[in-house]
Amino acid sequence: MTMEGTKKKNLFAKGGWKNYITYIVIIAFLAIMIILNLTVGLGRGDKSTLARIAFSCILAVSLNLVVGFLGELSLGHAGFMCVGAYLGCFVANTLRDATALPELVVVIIAMIIAGIVAAIMGFVIGVPALRLRGDYLAIATLAFGEIVRCIFKNLKIFGGAKGMSTKIYNNNTLFILAFIVLLIVVFCCQNLINSKHGRAVIAIRDNEIAAKAMGINVTFYKLLIFIVAAFFAGIAGVLYGSTIGTIRQETFSFNYSIEILVMVVLGGMGSINGSLVAATIITYLNILLQNQLSGSLAPVKNIVYALILIVIVIFSNAPALKNFRESINPKAILARISKKKPDASVTRSDEAKWDRIPTKINIDEVLSADTRSGYADDPVPPGEDVVPMEATKDELYRPLDRKEEK
Amino acid sequence: MVIAIDGLSLGAIYALIALGYTMVYGIAKMLNFAHGDVIMVGAYMIYTLCTLTWTTGSLPIWAGALIAFVVSIVVCTLLGMVNEKVAYKPLRGASPLAALITAIGVSYLLQGIAQLIWGAEQRSISILDRLGTVRVGTVAIRWSSIITVVCGAILMIGLTLFVKKTRTGRAMLAVSEDKGAAQMMGINVNKIVSVTFAIGSGLATFAALFYLPTTAISPTLGSMPGIKAFAAAVIGGIGSIPGAVVGGILLGVVEVVCNSFEATASYTTAIEFALLIIILLVRPIGLLGKKRRVKV
Repeated sequence: MTMEGTKKKNLFAKGGWKNYITYIVIIAFLAIMIILNLTVGLGRGDKSTLARIAFSCILAVSLNLVVGFLGELSLGHAGFMCVGAYLGCFVANTLRDATALPELVVVIIAMIIAGIVAAIMGFVIGVPALRLRGDYLAIATLAFGEIVRCIFKNLKIFGGAKGMSTKIYNNNTLFILAFIVLLIVVFCCQNLINSKHGRAVIAIRDNEIAAKAMGINVTFYKLLIFIVAAFFAGIAGVLYGSTIGTIRQETFSFNYSIEILVMVVLGGMGSINGSLVAATIITYLNILLQNQLSGSLAPVKNIVYALILIVIVIFSNAPALKNFRESINPKAILARISKKKPDASVTRSDEAKWDRIPTKINIDEVLSADTRSGYADDPVPPGEDVVPMEATKDELYRPLDRKEEK
Repeated sequence: MVIAIDGLSLGAIYALIALGYTMVYGIAKMLNFAHGDVIMVGAYMIYTLCTLTWTTGSLPIWAGALIAFVVSIVVCTLLGMVNEKVAYKPLRGASPLAALITAIGVSYLLQGIAQLIWGAEQRSISILDRLGTVRVGTVAIRWSSIITVVCGAILMIGLTLFVKKTRTGRAMLAVSEDKGAAQMMGINVNKIVSVTFAIGSGLATFAALFYLPTTAISPTLGSMPGIKAFAAAVIGGIGSIPGAVVGGILLGVVEVVCNSFEATASYTTAIEFALLIIILLVRPIGLLGKKRRVKV
């Protein structure tokens, strides 16, 4: 119900059109892929790549809620995905055995249950997380991810160390389903962030103490974001299971959590569109490198990936390269071409504002009064003629005139 | 008895790695995720140089191993410093997350290079375990464990003395306290950060040597002990040197004890990390961490 309300507001809100561009781009991308699939026919690998891109996007967007909007570093996102993948696919397997529901319904039920279970885990890890901050929280979430992995490795009911097999969803329609889920996730995240609750979360990120002082329930919002992010990660887990077929706990090691974090950071923290773009590029790059460099060249994949990562991060973050970055920034180049100097104008208007601070006290008057008229302890030697500036001041200081001292 | 010694020796290894984490964190305020991979490089260097000196030279085995070890320390120390100069120094002053990501990049890079040079297959070499065991009463204790505990203790005491007594060590403390103020007092912060990375990498090479008797060498050798040592550093309170030692030993003992029981052996990792979470719940700043008041 809150969702509906915010959606209506967003229609008229400033900058709301940006959200629609995101949806339109995703839908257009999906439409192009569907048309390509129907006309030219995409390969089996291409379609599973598309599904992978979709669930990577879901993971990146949901982690961005925690890292980018709440401002807490989480290194255990793959743990939530692991919980979702195992439990969701377990439910799906049971439903398939017990009932004759159509496959789509089974997967949707599995996704909802996986999301709820992952959300409960999010609550479980979110409660201690409230007591920790910064890097301590990061290591606690990392520990959580490893604990989850270790438990699933040893549970016989989930296949133990060999992994749990589940049915691969129809290859032709899986990516469509995945992209529709992605659309829903992006819609929910955008609306959450642009709502009153989203602003509260951003306020906590910017200054927790100030947010608390403004009456924001920090505990509630931190938990909320953890739970929502975990919920979406659980859904992504089911999509993962439906794409891969066998769920193995090794996949969800902290390396995977870190890969999701890399997507978020490279895309720009607190930017959902950035996360989408970065997740798409990184997933595609990973799969491309994996396919191109196989066998003895497999380690080259790691090296290329690592070099790209290091170069991009240094380039986009190094303080020493700030001027260079600005010189190639398309916005700055546009501004230069149109001979507008936005920076200069901003400074000037700022200066104009600070020229005179509007207060009830006339500062000039006070200053002149101090220097020109005589206080009791005025260092001006007696006998020197002090001419008061104004009559009012003259009257004001008369009781303290030096003549009385004599 | 055996469990106690083994636990202490594993704890000493974790403590040595954790010291690298905690010192780098204290001074550069970044989580150096590539630290575990320095151990891996150290292990490979020791392996390669040992086989080289043993097969070609006429030196006795212990001398060859010693030369190999010293050269490995030098190589790893240089590696740590180069890492810092290339990957982390340009990002000083940027957000700590950016440095975290480059550290992850460096970690992947080192793993990839190691896999390219040495291949993915596991190797093993016996250096310290050549010494065999010693009988104390009725139990046999491995010499390698005893050496690990003793050397670990010496290194930790040495490091503590270095930090407390020498000029460089106190400069490190000053930088970790307040980088800006330290710089104003004429401390060369760049040099101190380099020294920190060098010491951390050197200690990691020691850890690699002590870790070799119980593990096979592979490109991902460093990641699990790296993460556990990181957990140990956090348990002790990250940034605190005695904390890292306490955390490392605690984690090592817990791991060995858990491994020795049938029921808990397969859940060792989960128990260790659960211990971490519980300790953080009780003391959110770690056992010996310094409490910092949050100001508006």
